[in-house]
Amino acid sequence: MATRHWPALVAICQRETIKFWHQRGRLLSALVRPALWLVVFAAGFQNIFGVSIIPPYETYIEYQVYVVPGLLGMVLLFNGMQSSLAMVYDREMGLMRLLLTAPQPRWFLLFSKLVAGTLLSILQAYAFLALCALFQVDLPWLGWVFVLPALTLAGLMLGALGLLLSVSIRQLENFAGTMNFVIFPMFFISTALYPLWKLQESGATWLYYLASFNPFTHAVEMIRFALYGQLNLLSSLVVLGALGIFFLLAVWGYDPQRGLIQRTRQA
Amino acid sequence: MSILSVQSVSKSYGSVAALQAVSFNLAAGFYALLGPNGAGKSTLFQVLTGLFAPDQGEIVLNGLNIKHNLPAALAQMGVVFQQPALDLDLSVQTNLNFHGKLHGLSNSNIKARSQAVLAQLALTELANQTCRRLSGGNRRKVELARALMTEPQLLLMDEATVGLDPASRASLLTYVHQLCDQQKLCVLWATHLIDEAENAQQVLVLHKGKLLAQASPAQLIAQTATSSLLEAFFQLSGETPGVEAKLARL
Repeated sequence: MATRHWPALVAICQRETIKFWHQRGRLLSALVRPALWLVVFAAGFQNIFGVSIIPPYETYIEYQVYVVPGLLGMVLLFNGMQSSLAMVYDREMGLMRLLLTAPQPRWFLLFSKLVAGTLLSILQAYAFLALCALFQVDLPWLGWVFVLPALTLAGLMLGALGLLLSVSIRQLENFAGTMNFVIFPMFFISTALYPLWKLQESGATWLYYLASFNPFTHAVEMIRFALYGQLNLLSSLVVLGALGIFFLLAVWGYDPQRGLIQRTRQA
Repeated sequence: MSILSVQSVSKSYGSVAALQAVSFNLAAGFYALLGPNGAGKSTLFQVLTGLFAPDQGEIVLNGLNIKHNLPAALAQMGVVFQQPALDLDLSVQTNLNFHGKLHGLSNSNIKARSQAVLAQLALTELANQTCRRLSGGNRRKVELARALMTEPQLLLMDEATVGLDPASRASLLTYVHQLCDQQKLCVLWATHLIDEAENAQQVLVLHKGKLLAQASPAQLIAQTATSSLLEAFFQLSGETPGVEAKLARL
């Protein structure tokens, strides 16, 4: 297996990296978005959102500290969607056919795309962590190491979601709308900006339940705990399960017997 | 000896039958798949490459049933799609490297084979050029080089000359004919242009999803008692002069 499949995986990762390198503005925009939230939003709401002592924190923390895992999740979420956008672009440009007619199992080609996108996600997440250090956000240095598996798993899960979305999006023009219906609800109905109990306390019970079931909430919580060297088992399992479901559905969607390609007419 | 065997392949999109029980066998040689736009040529190519699954029928490439052995079958195919599929922001060499790795080739193999095909197609000097800077004809040549670098048994060319000027079109066609002779390739060349089919070993006439005939140009003309391949095509398809005018414009 390694002799035949490995070069394909490497090639897909290399191509995505080269393309990312050519689009340097992408890194900048990936950082500006969470940086604005960190610097402006977190500063503005510093005294409004009182965050009590909740695990994994052992003491009172600044709102900036609380919001970092959510913003790391935001970086991963946006890059996952960006990868999906690239899939739609490749399909419009005909490059997708080249990929899908490579002599590799389809699931492996999609997995390679997922790995490539996740590598870029992790790169951007660490760039954002560096930015946090620059703004003197108080995070444990060892957390930089502990958080890697969590970033990887969350990046894969959100990338798989992007992959799944790219199945049903036929044109680039349709993508913006889909992003609005996915990114913003996922981000806002989660623990990225406020803890779950805040929603419950404010009486927004249905939002509380929605956020509890949102896989993005669990991605954020998994990252939050990992930053402090702790494992949030439930969140990790939910993220792993969501990754499996999203990826299997994406593979199904790209199956020529049943999925997207079967439904697309190109006589 | 048959390289590609297509047996009773059908494919529909809802109520539209794009391919209806299409059957043919191809050995080494140049075969033109002739049909007007909408005949089902692209659908047939998409079915052959596994992008679409046929509703019925069987496709076997060198003993490999593509339904059960798609990756192994694809390893023996080279494809140039109707819609250009080059990464324009990457260089010619990088595009070839990418393709070689997708096919699981080693770096040394990729280097040797890409150098050989680039030299064959007189593209060596353009190896480090970004594809965006190439002319339409050279882009097509790069796509052909990419398809050939994996040393396929079957080369599928889906209206590969669309958008090329007459000189580039003739040059590409001549080159593929030469390849066929030299490397004993099986080439299936889809076209709606009669002149591209005239020198084919055999012409497969596809019309409204049905394969109407498979014979040499001379045999088709003789069988239909006409004086040209164009007339033979009209005779076989029962098309009206309106279509003749449309084809003539093409």
